[in-house]
Amino acid sequence: MCDQTFLVNVFGSCDKCFKQRALRPVFKKSQQLSYCSTCAEIMATEALHENETLASLKSEAESLKGKLEEERAKLHDVELHQVAERVEALGQFVMKTRRTLKGHGNKVLCMDWCKDKRRIVSSSQDGKVIVWDSFTTNKEHAVTMPCTWVMACAYAPSGCAIACGGLDNKCSVYPLTFDKNENMAAKKKSVAMHTNYLSACSFTNSDMQILTASGDGTCALWDVESGQLLQSFHGHGADVLCLDLAPSETGNTFVSGGCDKKAMVWDMRSGQCVQAFETHESDINSVRYYPSGDAFASGSDDATCRLYDLRADREVAIYSKESIIFGASSVDFSLSGRLLFAGYNDYTINVWDVLKGSRVSILFGHENRVSTLRVSPDGTAFCSGSWDHTLRVRSSRPAWAIW
Amino acid sequence: MAAGPAPPPGRPRAHMPHLTKMERVVVSMQDPDQGVKMRSQRLLVTVIPHAVTGSDVVQWLTQKFCISEEARRSPSHPSPEALHLGAVLVQHGYIYPLRDPRSLVLRPDETPYRFQTPYFWTSTLWPAAELDYAIYLAKKNIRKQGTLADYEKECYDRLHTKISHAWDLVLMQAREQLRAAKQRRKGDRLVIACQEQTYWLVNRPPVSPPAPGAPSVLEQGPGRGFCAASRVHMTKSADFYKQEIEYCRRALGRTRVKSSVCLEAYLSFCGQRGPHDPLVSGCLPSNPWISDNDAYWVMNAPTVAAPTKLRVERWAFSFRELLEDPVGRAHFMDFLGKEFSGENLSFWEACEELRYGAQAQVPTLVDAVYQQFLAPGAARWVNIDSRTMERTLEGLRQPHRYVLDDAQLHIYMLMKKDSYPRFLKSDMYKGLLAEAGIPLETKKRVFPFSWRPRHSSPSPALLPTAVEPTAAGGPGGGDGVA
Repeated sequence: MCDQTFLVNVFGSCDKCFKQRALRPVFKKSQQLSYCSTCAEIMATEALHENETLASLKSEAESLKGKLEEERAKLHDVELHQVAERVEALGQFVMKTRRTLKGHGNKVLCMDWCKDKRRIVSSSQDGKVIVWDSFTTNKEHAVTMPCTWVMACAYAPSGCAIACGGLDNKCSVYPLTFDKNENMAAKKKSVAMHTNYLSACSFTNSDMQILTASGDGTCALWDVESGQLLQSFHGHGADVLCLDLAPSETGNTFVSGGCDKKAMVWDMRSGQCVQAFETHESDINSVRYYPSGDAFASGSDDATCRLYDLRADREVAIYSKESIIFGASSVDFSLSGRLLFAGYNDYTINVWDVLKGSRVSILFGHENRVSTLRVSPDGTAFCSGSWDHTLRVRSSRPAWAIW
Repeated sequence: MAAGPAPPPGRPRAHMPHLTKMERVVVSMQDPDQGVKMRSQRLLVTVIPHAVTGSDVVQWLTQKFCISEEARRSPSHPSPEALHLGAVLVQHGYIYPLRDPRSLVLRPDETPYRFQTPYFWTSTLWPAAELDYAIYLAKKNIRKQGTLADYEKECYDRLHTKISHAWDLVLMQAREQLRAAKQRRKGDRLVIACQEQTYWLVNRPPVSPPAPGAPSVLEQGPGRGFCAASRVHMTKSADFYKQEIEYCRRALGRTRVKSSVCLEAYLSFCGQRGPHDPLVSGCLPSNPWISDNDAYWVMNAPTVAAPTKLRVERWAFSFRELLEDPVGRAHFMDFLGKEFSGENLSFWEACEELRYGAQAQVPTLVDAVYQQFLAPGAARWVNIDSRTMERTLEGLRQPHRYVLDDAQLHIYMLMKKDSYPRFLKSDMYKGLLAEAGIPLETKKRVFPFSWRPRHSSPSPALLPTAVEPTAAGGPGGGDGVA
């Protein structure tokens, strides 16, 4: 396995002319076909009817987008920080590092909490995936993936398995075993197959389904048992970097963010994009739902985090400061949604007051960029992973506490 | 060395927006009126103009960005954020130290610094060329033998092998540049040497495995968006615009809610949940991460005989909260049992199992649900309106995992609008609320620095998972701990 990302050249028979050629993936009405380059060129021009030109379609799309913006603006009668003026300001936070997890030999790229509120799985650039009991800082399991840059990892809801993937373009599920005679890698199950790197993965409400996002511009829902593709989601114009499942009652949607600066909300059943937001100025590295499920936050390379409301269908807040120059790599909310934690590429973590839009505190400590950040399932702490090979678990002590 | 693929040539500013921002800051720092105070710095016998001190830099950053209340303190206590921002500017080579050019570190004192010339900005001279680096190392070697650091010697040898065919050119260029430099004034010579050294420190940092060493500030993750290049041609085609048009038409038709209504909802949500958020309001008996005592987790385990008061209160926040808590759901099931509508919740649970179950199980599960809940005369028949029932039965001919969605939603809404409010008003719930206790705060340790053993807990992977996570734990609640 090599480090480079390159396009896999599939050689086979073209779906249109059936000649044996080098094939390229082509999308016709969300269906993926393989055309040779000649047929692909022909298709690009064939798709136009007599009265349509590419230019006229483009201008129609532009004017509709303009009208959409107008409609959205009509209902925007107040800003968040205005409404939040009457909310009490937050007190001082004494947010300190309570645990430092050392053991990775290279950059930590991703981490996820277990539902038991103390275990963590983390993955790094050298292919190692480690499961820790972060309360005692003991390592419980370790797996070495056959690829480098393991950019995605997730803990199964039952706590009995983990999923991970990266430059191998796959997402693999490893059941966790304490049997000393068993090699964890032996029971590995290859679930997802993409045509480019895996950037994010997440189990749905059970161990049996996984949602993945990839550098090939698509997201996909897979059945773990059989590896079958249940649904694919096309619409991003570039790599998809992150995703998050909605905490809604009906549990049907998720949001994804990508290098095309768009955040898109998808219906898992139909594969359709339900809503899209395009206000960021650079790649969106991380998306996370607000705990009520009515909004989500995004962190981007343009050094801002933004809050998008799904019912109002617009961006409602920007969290930025002139002194924050580096991109935000990961964001997460506290349990009540009042605090937004964001890890940045300048090694810091900024804590934002979601309602007032102001920064509550800035946390130092990491010696290289913060690549991943998640609040624990019961909201007692948050963990940040960094390119400095460590993970830190931080928590705050309220002023009244004597412990 | 960056282990991922090298960044592509051209357009670094596009995929490194932080460079542009830093350049803007540095330019405004050099403004003659509003910028940092410049002075001439004496280095041994040479006088270097347009130098600034580290403390002035930090002071300027503090004031310019109104970084914090600490800005009002004296300059001897620099604001940590201003210090950090200054350090970042130095690390990226936009400001370089005059005296110790080997380490790109910002000292908030009288140490002199200068602004890097735009010629040597990382984003201008991009990418750093191997040939140029070879010439630079050759110059250093020729000028004074033995000044090359270990890592530089390694690079020099490697380059010598790699571009041996052009080595004569390298040496010739190096000698020419040294000769030209001799004709400059000493001050200029010194400055140019510092500038060049800084550029190469940033673009070819010392690598010292296995320790992390000084991180390369230009290190990037794996290349993004370049393999989509072949798709760019396709995406801007007619299909792409047609998709956009269709999406816009659909979006124009959707109903939107006024901002004021949505934003008020955040206020009430945050206000309601604030006391339940450990990071905002703390938690009782104590936060396990701080006190090293896991009593909080023991008291709030997924299935526990005596739930805490905060936990029972949360069941009243929303129906979803109640269902997601195994203890809450169990009590609700009891309540429904008393009203003879327990089959509703069981049906809903079975539908969840179907939706999130394995693909291979779908036909069996659908059949089981039909037999138990939907078939005429079924043991636990659920009351669905006729239209939904018709649609469901129709769909059952070709079962898939979403075939029961309509029916499930109907029953869910029924429970939410009808049974749930009654549950909250019931004596059962009121009794639970009254019984639930508030844990006592953990006493402060008598010997605060004594080591308290941190109890380990059995991994969820060790315990037998006799029950399906979705049925027992519900969405997001199951973790196998019985």
